[in-house]
Amino acid sequence: MMPRTLYDKLFDAHVVDTLPDGTAVLYIDRHLVHEVTSPQAFEGLRAAGRRVRRPDLTFAVPDHNVPTTGRGEPVAEPKSALQLATLEENVREFGVPYIPLTDERQGIVHVVGPEQGLSLPGLTIVCGDSHTSTHGAFGALAFGIGTSEVEHVLATQTLLQRRAKTMRVTCRGCLRPGVSAKDLALAIIARIGTAGATGHALEYAGEAVEALNMAGRMTLCNLAIEAGARAGMIAPDETTFAYCRGRPYAPKGADWDAAVAYWRTLPSDPDAAFDRELEIDAAAVRPMVTWGTSPEAAVPINGAAPDPASVPDEVTAAQIRRALDYMGLAPGQRLADTPVDAVFIGSCTNARIEDIREAARVARGRRVADGVRALVVPGSGLVKRQAEEEGLARILTQAGFEWRDAGCSMCLGMNPDKLGPGQRCASTSNRNFEGRQGPGGRTHLVSPALAAAAAVAGRFVDPAELEDAA
Amino acid sequence: MTPFTTLTGVAVPLRAANVDTDQIIPARFLKTIKRTGLGRHLFADLRRDPDFVLNRPEYAGAQILIAGENVGCGSSREHASWALIDYGIRCVIAPSFADIFQNNALKNGVLPVALPAAACEALTADAELGPNARLHVDLERQIVVRPNGEAFPFAIDPLRREMLLEGLDDIGVTLRHVPAIEAFEARRPAWGL
Ligand code: SF4
Repeated sequence: MMPRTLYDKLFDAHVVDTLPDGTAVLYIDRHLVHEVTSPQAFEGLRAAGRRVRRPDLTFAVPDHNVPTTGRGEPVAEPKSALQLATLEENVREFGVPYIPLTDERQGIVHVVGPEQGLSLPGLTIVCGDSHTSTHGAFGALAFGIGTSEVEHVLATQTLLQRRAKTMRVTCRGCLRPGVSAKDLALAIIARIGTAGATGHALEYAGEAVEALNMAGRMTLCNLAIEAGARAGMIAPDETTFAYCRGRPYAPKGADWDAAVAYWRTLPSDPDAAFDRELEIDAAAVRPMVTWGTSPEAAVPINGAAPDPASVPDEVTAAQIRRALDYMGLAPGQRLADTPVDAVFIGSCTNARIEDIREAARVARGRRVADGVRALVVPGSGLVKRQAEEEGLARILTQAGFEWRDAGCSMCLGMNPDKLGPGQRCASTSNRNFEGRQGPGGRTHLVSPALAAAAAVAGRFVDPAELEDAA
Repeated sequence: MTPFTTLTGVAVPLRAANVDTDQIIPARFLKTIKRTGLGRHLFADLRRDPDFVLNRPEYAGAQILIAGENVGCGSSREHASWALIDYGIRCVIAPSFADIFQNNALKNGVLPVALPAAACEALTADAELGPNARLHVDLERQIVVRPNGEAFPFAIDPLRREMLLEGLDDIGVTLRHVPAIEAFEARRPAWGL
């Protein structure tokens, strides 16, 4: 048999049928649903008199526009309340399993799926959200879909898909202490650009990736979409199996053994050919920060924003000028020491317990700088409780961070947590587009450690230097 | 879905690369439970600038949008396509598109046409001449025709082309495969696969 990549194996295993032009009808094992991209899909089903084909493979949880304070009280914003109520009506009418806002398991869909054992190796996982690539960390084929496709999966439990090209990013060597998966992800995007993997399914490999825990792997795959990839994925291994074992929806007993035996067959064959290959020297990666309005605009923390005057290509220079202008940065300005107004630690990129531990490690015994507003928003109610039990919440609140309820929060400014015009934010989220965190807001993407360091210093600083100074 | 065959109309020149879906429709307008009525929020933030091209009277009623590389990158929100179609845009021309956006557009009857950068530049220059420079898009023949008659051929997935031409929706096509889906489910292990 031809040697195959992880992607090929996942794809092949789910082909139900093939259309004359080669498009596959692809079976979907898990469909995660949230309040923002599903109402029109259920509306479509109802209009066509269709039912949900496999409610048992569908799971709904509200996250995008839920408030992160006053949990248990009615949602004040009328339009958010309407979307939440609509989701509740839809899951009831169509019999879809649902985690309500008041349930401790509620949280960001990409945190909840793995936590509940819904995200497992070998599965196809979709959700009406681009960061569904996160679940590829388990060696699953996971990708975001639009609302028409949400409706399509609800009605048929399949999608019409063409095979993507494959790309492997091999991260050689080890990340240095203090350098996280987030930094690695930003370094890769800075290298290949936000369209660098367009049309490709991206597999991350190499020692630096194998050494990551599941949280780090999820961060890496989460950002695959910011490199334009259709999906990001990592071969399942002992780290993956250990994480999945015993989770509520993971297989048990003999099923578990059968599943693990199958999962071990999934990694790319040694001589499988990828359409593209890229190598990254992981040991050379430094803590990263973005300066512009695209995730590819990332530099090491001791680096500087570019100077458009030194860029020969006029189109690129104009883009840089526009981004600097929006971000309120001078050409060539150093990022370190640039003051921040707000800090956001959260989002499906970095709101797991490991991320909160990192933030608390930096914040311990320090104070949030005067005039800085710092939010920590755990990825789920379970992460929140664990952080409280581990004493992390206390460290953070004593340092002056706000400790919130789970949700997407300031990642996208759809709920009350927003930046004001011109405010500069160190954010652990994934998008620094204009207005993403609120109209006129200025977002710098960073790791949890760097965000916490910015909060206590009131400016961007390498967390390692902060520790030297203490 | 409304079929797409040919289109002759005014094109809006955007002269920007990486037009992400947050720009096409900012997140605050996603709090809707309907597909219609989003046209008034198309490019809401950029339209606050009175000089923004879409605000200029000569582009009122435009049906075509021309932009730079990587249109529709970022969020998967299908609202971007709904906003375009509700506004009246049926065709987006650019050197390249982000995957999810391209899919969403096709499913909603918005035709994404990828053309080489030089062709896009020529069409942008035409569009900048204003409403008398109408472009002609012919899906059957897979060409975009400039006001001077020059035609640029474009490629499109044959299935997608057929579905657009006939106004067929995906679910209808897939439901023809229910026996195969049932057979797949019968051999799929209970723990997933
Ligand atoms: S945290 Fe942000 S990126 Fe993640 S699902 Fe929520 S809004 Fe999307």
